[in-house]
Amino acid sequence: MTDPKPTMPPESCGGSSCGTRREFLGAATAAMAAALTGCGTLSKEEFLQRNFRELSKQEVLDVIARLEKEYKAKYGKDVKVANTPAIPGVIFGYALDLSRCIGCRRCVHACVKENNQSRDPEVQWIRVLQMDKEEGVNLQHADQYYNPEEVPQEGHFYMPVQCQQCKKPPCTKVCPVGATWREKDGIVVVDYNWCIGCRYCMAACPYGARHFNWGEPNLPADQVNTNTHYLGNRPRPKGVVEKCTFCIQRTRNGQYPACVEICPTGSRKFGNLLDKDSEIRYVLENKRVFKFKEDLNTQPNFFYFYGV
Amino acid sequence: MTTLKNFWQFITDTLRIILKGDRLYYAWVGFLVLLIAIGAAAYLGQLNNGLIVTKMRDQVSWGFYIGNFTFLVGVAAAAIMLVIPAYIYDWEPIKEITILGEMLAISALIMCLGFVMVDIGRPDRFWHIIPLVGRLNWPQSMLAWDVIVLNLYLLLNWFVVTYLLFCAYTERHYVKKLVLPLVLLSIPMAVSIHTVTAYLYNGLAARPFWNSAILAPRFLASAFCSGPAILLILLQILRKTTKLTIKDEAIFKVAELMAYTMGFNLFLTAAEAFKELYSGTEHMVYFQYLLFGLKGHTTLVPYAWASILCGLAAFILFLVPRTRTNWVTLNIGCVLIYASVYIEKGMGLIIPGLTPDVLGDIYVYRPSFTEIAVAAGIFATGFLVFTLMLKAAVPMMLGEFTISKGQPPQAVPPREV
Repeated sequence: MTDPKPTMPPESCGGSSCGTRREFLGAATAAMAAALTGCGTLSKEEFLQRNFRELSKQEVLDVIARLEKEYKAKYGKDVKVANTPAIPGVIFGYALDLSRCIGCRRCVHACVKENNQSRDPEVQWIRVLQMDKEEGVNLQHADQYYNPEEVPQEGHFYMPVQCQQCKKPPCTKVCPVGATWREKDGIVVVDYNWCIGCRYCMAACPYGARHFNWGEPNLPADQVNTNTHYLGNRPRPKGVVEKCTFCIQRTRNGQYPACVEICPTGSRKFGNLLDKDSEIRYVLENKRVFKFKEDLNTQPNFFYFYGV
Repeated sequence: MTTLKNFWQFITDTLRIILKGDRLYYAWVGFLVLLIAIGAAAYLGQLNNGLIVTKMRDQVSWGFYIGNFTFLVGVAAAAIMLVIPAYIYDWEPIKEITILGEMLAISALIMCLGFVMVDIGRPDRFWHIIPLVGRLNWPQSMLAWDVIVLNLYLLLNWFVVTYLLFCAYTERHYVKKLVLPLVLLSIPMAVSIHTVTAYLYNGLAARPFWNSAILAPRFLASAFCSGPAILLILLQILRKTTKLTIKDEAIFKVAELMAYTMGFNLFLTAAEAFKELYSGTEHMVYFQYLLFGLKGHTTLVPYAWASILCGLAAFILFLVPRTRTNWVTLNIGCVLIYASVYIEKGMGLIIPGLTPDVLGDIYVYRPSFTEIAVAAGIFATGFLVFTLMLKAAVPMMLGEFTISKGQPPQAVPPREV
């Protein structure tokens, strides 16, 4: 380890720059907050960090540098925290072919691996519902815990549900501190360093897409995906809400989300809704799609369709 | 300047008076402090391990804490139940007890804020929600509204109570021009705290159980049943243990008003149940889970029916003049309506709102030991605040403890009143 160790917060330095009243108060409050909340590692910078959307470019870089240092200390790995902005002229859309999905849940596990979710208890951003064919999409006949030897099961079809990246997200509307918002490319994100963990967004989401870190996320060091994004799959602290971001760390770099890539049946289609020649536009043009819980007027950018 | 000096003396004398008491007082305070210590220890465990020590999970993401919060907002709002007749109709017998209602509101609000604090996952980021300092998502988020109105209401009640007591302490009559507008303001404020809290749930289209237009009226109706029930019992205790005179007339008048609100509350509940059960849409499942159980899960069923039966029984006891004016049946009625609303506006509101969850999953929630211990600690804090306020307020209201009488006699020259 050649990592230099400037881990002590600046208030303990002996130089002349420290010791302003403001810094002292900040440090004192942080220390008190750390003591009070049992978050022993809470640094002054972390405590005083402002909402991501209010940070200047330099402050964002500072925050990212601090996070990368923390992750290095915690996992012994160089975790890269990107800050790639939305690509102009892109709004991401997703379509899922219900007639092809076989309910194998490979998407669920690929998502967990890609997005650094807690492993135990395992947080899953995609929930696959096993439905009765006779009932159609009827949540009172949905089973998330199906576990047969083989899928698909006779008489059933499968409906994976994840964040629908709504145009009118009820979750962002209710957040009391503006810790979650819709980005220009349509991705709904969370600032894990601003979320207070009130879980109002979870009550508001009609799709069960938001998940809470009830305990300290359990992410083994050897399973950390080091390619991360600040608003996406960087390791999360306990006590905050997280959700699917269409793999923001991949899709803003021109890659498919992990769930699209892994799907063995090609049920998952992804692309730019503003690009006439994209596959997602082809699906919208040539298949008949529906939106989940359309009556709630959340206006998802996530569509379901019957491809065959 | 003298006011400032007097106020300082008011504070120190108040502290002195709450530190002195008989054995029963010390035993009661000691008991509350013990409960607070147990709650604090449990909360420390929750801080260290996270909310995983509760039984809340992604499906049922709010539970016992938020249930208690909702119920207590109702108790806080109910202070106006007494303020309205006292000040609008200038009805003297109730007037002297409104200050008790306001102190009850303060205690209830402190418990409310406590329950919100223990429910959030990152209490260290509490400052994010402070207006101007953090980033309050106002006016979009109903929770932001709730933060504002609850704190304003707390401030308002705290000011009125302090001012009235300070006047009593300094042997002056309060300035009616100052108090009356504030008290009148507290009426719409009380309505607003409970309305906003109802809207907090009401505005969520994802949860049909809450997404009903009569949720806010139901909140208010039930609050005006449970809040005064606490006060009625309290008034009887104070009559017995202190020299405070509270006329029977006042108590029976409050009981009569409660009978009307109880009837209205039952009517609204029935209206809601009729709409859901008769139309029988897919939204019926939440009522089914509450009243009859769903897919073999019947955890809430006995509580739901206990709440309905208690509510009905209390209504009858309060409606019939003979049972309303009989101390035994009156007090039984108070306990019954309190229990009824506690179930209805606590767990009976939160849990069926979240079960089955938005994807049809049924997660059976029961509070963990930590949740119960923390809740006990918060309730004890509220009771302690209320006890200490009463301890100081009652002798001041009676004129037994004032700036002249509170001091050693030789220090104060005789004065004109």
